[in-house]
Order: sequence, then structure tokens, then C-alpha cells
Amino acid sequence: MAPFVLYLSLALAILMIVGAIVVVVTKDLLVAVIASAVVDLVLAILFYILQAPDVAITQAAIGAGLTTAIFVVVLRKTERFEDD
Amino acid sequence: MSEAIKTFFSPSVLGPEIFYGSSVALFLIGLYMVLVKKNLVKIAIGLTFIESGVNLFLISIGYVWGKTAPILNKTLMMGTPSKEVVDPVPQALVLTAIVIGVAVTAMALSIVIVIHDKYGTLNISKIKELKW
Repeated sequence: MAPFVLYLSLALAILMIVGAIVVVVTKDLLVAVIASAVVDLVLAILFYILQAPDVAITQAAIGAGLTTAIFVVVLRKTERFEDD
Repeated sequence: MSEAIKTFFSPSVLGPEIFYGSSVALFLIGLYMVLVKKNLVKIAIGLTFIESGVNLFLISIGYVWGKTAPILNKTLMMGTPSKEVVDPVPQALVLTAIVIGVAVTAMALSIVIVIHDKYGTLNISKIKELKW
């Protein structure tokens, strides 16, 4: 693994943790769902860097796509904002 | 101090710790969301974060430094493929675990919809009686 890939993966890991913190602090559940989709997509890129391309394809299609669609359907059937 | 920073950022040290550290951090953020948050959708998102953290940890356990993806081609078949590819067993298991995780998430969210139909709220502090 070249040093460039290491720095890229470090930046992607920081982006993933920042996205997860955005999911924790936001009150808008649609923002939380989209930020979790971003976390899953960055996770797919990390799987590809770790030489697992089949897992990366599955994570990007099912983990980021289908899970986000299910969450958006649930938000449409329930409520969008989190009350304290 | 700068020597320590240079040692930390050298490729031989920085390699697996990025993935181990980020997977543990993702697991802990998900655990915090499950334990502390009051909203049921946030709790379901925390469950997916825990699953993602465990998946990343398993994949980074199976990664071997400097080896290629476990896909056979002609140049790999010339030598000994088991010495040139990363461990394929955690990848197969994680591939199954991702699909199972989506099924678990869909199950949890269907229960969330039923709870919202019955109680009219997603806040677990406002759901008083736990009898169905």
C-alpha cells in the first residue's frame, strides 16, 4: 500500500467519523439518514482500499442504497424531526 | 516530538491502525447512539453503525500488507495464489453479514412504524405502558 493510499485512507476515516458525529448531533432525521449514507459510502471506499472489491460493491449498493431508501420510507410514514 | 510524529506517519506504523481505530470509533459512536438517544430512528441508525464497525474490523483483520484482492487471474495462477492474495474468508463472511444487517434493519424499522402507529410518537420516554 503506497503512502498516498495511506493518507487517502486516513482522510476517508476522518470523514467517516465526522459524518457519524453529524448523525449524532443533528435534530433533523433526514439529515441523519443522508449522513449515514455518506458514512456507508466512505466505508465502501475503505473496503476497496483493503482489497475487498466484492464487499465494496455490496456495501455501496445494499448498505448505502437500500438501507437509505428504507429509512426514508420510514421517515415519510412517521415524522421527520426529533423532539426532545 | 516531530520525530514521534514522523514515526507515526511512516507507512509501516500507520497501516492497520487507521482501520482498527476507525472501526472501533464507529462501533463506539453506534453504541452511544443506542444507549443514549431517545428517538427510535436514531437507535436504528446506531445499530447500523455497530454492524458497519464490526464489518470494517473483520475486513481489516483479514487484510495482509501488500497483497492483492482474492480474484484469480492468469498471473496469479502461474505462482501460488495463497501467498499473493489477502485472506478471502472474512470477506465472504462480511458479504453475508451486510445482507443480514439490512434484513435486521428492515425488521427494526417495521417495529418502529408499528410503535408510531400505536403511540403516535417516536420518543421512547413518552411511551409509558409497555403492554401490547
